[in-house]
Amino acid sequence: MSEADNTRQRTDIRKAPTGIPGVDEITRGGLPRGRTTLLMGGAGSGKTIFSLQALVNGAREHGEPGIFVAFEESARHIIENAGSFGWDLPALEREQLFFLDARMPAETVLAGGYDLAGLLASLQAKAEAMGAKRIVFDSIDVLLILLQDVSAERQELYRIYDWLASTGLTGLVSTRTEGGVDPVFTEHFGFLQFMADCVVLLDHGLQDHVSLRNFRVLKYRGSGFAENEFPLVITSTGIEVASAGITDSAKQYPVFTERISTGVERLDTMLTGGYIRGTSILITGAPGSAKTTLGGAFMQAACERGERALFITFDEAAEEVVRNLASVNICLQRFTDDGLLRIHALRSEARSAEEHLVFIKRLIDAHQPGCLVIDPLSALLKAGGELTGPAVAQRLLNITKQQGITTLCTSLLAGIEPGGEGSPLHVSTIADTWIHLSYVVQSGERNRALTIVKSRGTGHSNQVRELILSSDGLMLTDVYTAGGAVLMGSMRAERETAEALERERMRLDAERRARTLEEANAQALARIDELRREMALREAEMTRLKREQALSEEEWQLRQREIRAVRRADVNTTDIPYGTPPEQRDADTGGEV
Amino acid sequence: MATTDTVLRLRLYVAGSAPNSARARENLAALCRGLAPERLDLEVVDVLREPMRALEDRVFVTPLLCKLAPPPEARVVGDLSDHAQVRRALGLEEVEP
Repeated sequence: MSEADNTRQRTDIRKAPTGIPGVDEITRGGLPRGRTTLLMGGAGSGKTIFSLQALVNGAREHGEPGIFVAFEESARHIIENAGSFGWDLPALEREQLFFLDARMPAETVLAGGYDLAGLLASLQAKAEAMGAKRIVFDSIDVLLILLQDVSAERQELYRIYDWLASTGLTGLVSTRTEGGVDPVFTEHFGFLQFMADCVVLLDHGLQDHVSLRNFRVLKYRGSGFAENEFPLVITSTGIEVASAGITDSAKQYPVFTERISTGVERLDTMLTGGYIRGTSILITGAPGSAKTTLGGAFMQAACERGERALFITFDEAAEEVVRNLASVNICLQRFTDDGLLRIHALRSEARSAEEHLVFIKRLIDAHQPGCLVIDPLSALLKAGGELTGPAVAQRLLNITKQQGITTLCTSLLAGIEPGGEGSPLHVSTIADTWIHLSYVVQSGERNRALTIVKSRGTGHSNQVRELILSSDGLMLTDVYTAGGAVLMGSMRAERETAEALERERMRLDAERRARTLEEANAQALARIDELRREMALREAEMTRLKREQALSEEEWQLRQREIRAVRRADVNTTDIPYGTPPEQRDADTGGEV
Repeated sequence: MATTDTVLRLRLYVAGSAPNSARARENLAALCRGLAPERLDLEVVDVLREPMRALEDRVFVTPLLCKLAPPPEARVVGDLSDHAQVRRALGLEEVEP
């Protein structure tokens, strides 16, 4: 078929919504209207519920009356069973639904060839009378077994398909298949599929001892559809197919930049303001490493902001969670009392991962939380087996992301070995923020260490912090790092005390040395003063000496004059300089003496 | 065993002139050839003409022969080509060839 033909048919085809959660998304609108859909599945795969649900929804929500032709179970039986899903069949049956018990009575004697012309004539009359738009044949393999040969079977199948095509009813024909070994199934497999415009396969099996059901569209003439296998869950209101996230592309997620508190002050700082709204956070760690406590702190912070919060705990009673968290000063009771916080306890073994997912989705729809904690996510993974668990976890995170719910999941994990086989680390790649809690064992102590392994779209501290739980609450402190070793707990305290003492000793020492130097300086200054004093004395002495000498010269000159005067000397009155040796003086004065 | 004065009440549901239905009529006629007309009360219902009646009588495959009297009631499905089966179901004696 060319692309153009494809497109034309796609626009031409009309759909009949089934109203079964997920199915209309996968089939992009529902089953082909006015055509036949083949519903294949093993025993207990949910064929009868599926077809009945599509019929009931058609009648209730789309005003399309329907006929249910039961070949396998009695109509009464089916109506009774459906009562447990809360569908009010007796009320619908009066006007909009018609159940035909078409089982062949056991005492019927077979004597030769027969056909379904009578049935189809009756159904046609009934359909016209009640204005039916939808019809279910459940299940056709039972009918075919009564026919005696393959050609008769095929002829009657043709008859049914022809009839369906001529009436314009939207037909849903179910047939039992047992993994392809059922004789009816193998005989007619190709034919049934060829005849039907749409083929849907319901599968029921065990995986790791967990019962799992799946839904898959094998073909859909003239329409696109999601080709993957989707988990199918039978809940208290009927079938749900987990198709979350298949029609919505990632870009439709609300994207936030707002930071919301982690509930631990210093963790907010480490994450440059807290978790980003609408993202997912994974907290991994060994048992008892305070994963739940971090979850509790997050819940408390949300409620304190006035946000609605949902805390889903596996294998622990809600009261227990509240009590345990109260011991570290996280008081959730007041918020559960006023309805802001809902704590819901689930048992991990009670359901398969798929069923848990559906259940959690309902809790989310009912409570409309802004923040969600799943403690631990590993319980969900465990419930689903190795293949399903991570897929379920991913879908869960898709759902919460689409609704802008900030989700914190805890997970049991002993060490950080990215890519480790069989670990729940698949989830760690989906999570936006991954915080790992570990124990550091030193000198007989276990202390909690917190590391931010990754945090998308936000700067974050690369440092290890020590997480301290006390009756005052959660606290992060710096760890003591020295010589490549990280010290915590009392070792850290000891080391810190030792360091403080050492610092004090050094301070005192320095003070002492400073004092000594100051003293030496003071002494030097004193000596300088002394020397100055000495110098001053010497200077004074020198002045006195000069003065004395000047006086004695004067006196000498005076005496010389007096002597000359006595000698009546008439020549050379020139003063002889003071200090001239007496011989010179004598020579100069020559024989005058 | 039917006694000589009991009336055999039969109802044959057919789908118009479909091959199976036509053969059923022929076979039934052959089987009842030995019976006195007053001892046979046969009604033929064409489900194509009376579909609602077929629905009420829970007739889903055609042809279908119902023995209404004498008791026990019996339902025989098919074109009645297996004469031995039909005789046993209706309580008819073997007819001499």
